[in-house]
Amino acid sequence: MRVLKITFALAAMTFLLAPLVAILPLAFTSSVFLNYPVPSYSTRWFAELFTADVWRRAIINSLVIGLGVTVLATVLGTLAALGLRERKLLFSGFLRTTFLLPMVVPAVVLGVGMQLLFVRMGLANSYLGVIFAHTVIAVPFVFVNVAAALQGVDTRVERAAASLGASPITTFRRVTLPLAIPGIVSGAVFAFATSLDEVVLTLFVAGPNQRTLARQMFSTIRENISPAIAAAAFLFIVGTVLAALAVLLIRRGNTRRAP
Amino acid sequence: MGKRLAAIGLIAPLLVFLALFFVWPLAIMMSNAVSSPGAVRALPATAEVLGDWDRTSPPTAEMQTALVDDLRAIDDDQTVGDITRQLNSAKSGFRTLMAKTVSAVREDTGALDLVALDKRWGQVPFWQAIAAATASPYTDRNLLAAIDMARSPTGEIVSLPATASANLAILQRTFVIAAGTTLACILIGFPYAMVAASATGWKRQAMLAAVLLPLWTSLLVRTAAWFILLQDSGLINRLLQALGLIDAPLALLFNRTGVIIAMTHVLLPFMVLPIFSVLIAIPANLLPAAASLGANPLRAFWRVLLPLSLRGVVSGSLLVFMAAIGYYITPALIGGPTDQMISSVIAFYATGAANWGMAGALGIVLLVATIALYVVYDRLSSSGTERP
Repeated sequence: MRVLKITFALAAMTFLLAPLVAILPLAFTSSVFLNYPVPSYSTRWFAELFTADVWRRAIINSLVIGLGVTVLATVLGTLAALGLRERKLLFSGFLRTTFLLPMVVPAVVLGVGMQLLFVRMGLANSYLGVIFAHTVIAVPFVFVNVAAALQGVDTRVERAAASLGASPITTFRRVTLPLAIPGIVSGAVFAFATSLDEVVLTLFVAGPNQRTLARQMFSTIRENISPAIAAAAFLFIVGTVLAALAVLLIRRGNTRRAP
Repeated sequence: MGKRLAAIGLIAPLLVFLALFFVWPLAIMMSNAVSSPGAVRALPATAEVLGDWDRTSPPTAEMQTALVDDLRAIDDDQTVGDITRQLNSAKSGFRTLMAKTVSAVREDTGALDLVALDKRWGQVPFWQAIAAATASPYTDRNLLAAIDMARSPTGEIVSLPATASANLAILQRTFVIAAGTTLACILIGFPYAMVAASATGWKRQAMLAAVLLPLWTSLLVRTAAWFILLQDSGLINRLLQALGLIDAPLALLFNRTGVIIAMTHVLLPFMVLPIFSVLIAIPANLLPAAASLGANPLRAFWRVLLPLSLRGVVSGSLLVFMAAIGYYITPALIGGPTDQMISSVIAFYATGAANWGMAGALGIVLLVATIALYVVYDRLSSSGTERP
């Protein structure tokens, strides 16, 4: 029974992790084929990524759009989470569900509507349009993270600050905000990651000038697969690990500070 | 009161943003599905005059003037083509009649006697077709077509012949692939969550990390990775050949097997995590208690652990199934032509065929199915006892 358990656990973990491990060495292949065995190691595909015009522009586009999305989604999501702390608000349960809906609605359905709307609004094939589209699906992550962080903030601490003469703004700046910061940062990281990985909405609303890294990877896999994919994947995985570490460090730092 | 106002002020920006860029696009998508193409918007004066017509008396001069004015106001061939197609599908003969009329209208800027031009304009059935096409700005044509149905000339709803449309087959395929993925996720995810919940210390941490790491990794990266593993000379086929299990490479890429393997990998965390969180909330002494009362391990599992963990399995299954029916990227990259799901068909109608009506109608089908599953999931996860 015990052997069976261990075998199953190892097999399932292999299934979960093997794809992530398998793609990494191919980023350093010298071959033009995205396959094993690797004849010899080289950094030619990273060079391709940073010098070939399509890839370089895609990376820049992804960073520009990702930063725009992070700022917009973090501001909107944080404000809404702060607003929804007010318990006497009507429809607060309804609003909470509404704010999470963009996570649920299939991206293709949303993409069709956005394409039609953006043409009417003159936002089609523009950076602003892509940023708005990505923000819609990134904002729930910010909202969830900040709301969870705020739930851990004891309202008595804020009342104590107020009773000691702090104005509402000072209370917010000196008490609420520092306690909510870990949630806000996690939310911002998730928002950036969501934008970075978004393909479907980008297919519908972006023009050739707004081609993002994810979009470029999608069409490369589809049309002419090359190890540049593995090099891009390598960057993605390294980025993910760094972001996860950042979130973990911030959370740990916060729990240590909390009484 | 002031506090409440401040709260509303804080929520308002997101609410406005989502109304503009989330609710509005969905509304446009839906209205595209149910609004008639071309005719009503292109023939406003005719629509107004025909609204007063009893649809049996002979056509009047007023009707003719309105139609001529409307046709004169249209300056692009695209719209003329749309109207002609719509009218011709209701009454054959319109194709030649419209071609003749439009060229006459464009040559002559004065008043025009349509009956003298073509005596079909004196016949009631042709005007009936225009009246029907312009009567309502809404149509159920696309929605019916989305489920392989149509209206007969007499207005009854009938099924289309199997050769005419394939939407039901695609819906069925979507359902089969999503159900297959969900089943595979249960078969792997349930035992996995049980082993993880029974493990302690670093072993449990490692098992959870193995679930969370793929969850955090880009979907495209994971799909690309499966592409590498599944190809004919990929690692899986090579390993199986080296072990002597197969002689020729198995076809794993661009078919159903590959799609289900890759989708199971992508969605497995959504099955494991809900089951795990239910399992660790079950008191650890329940199974020893069952055993002390004489239940063998199998019976203890069947009568104690399984019923208690069923909630997690149902939540996980709903999440996986809901995500799976809307999947686009994985089937598009790993699947073959016969593995494309409803999302691919919607994308094809929207970007390939520019048929917004059909894209919207299929979008409504997918949206309704997804929201229904989400409502059940939401009820289930909020109605139960507190979650850990």
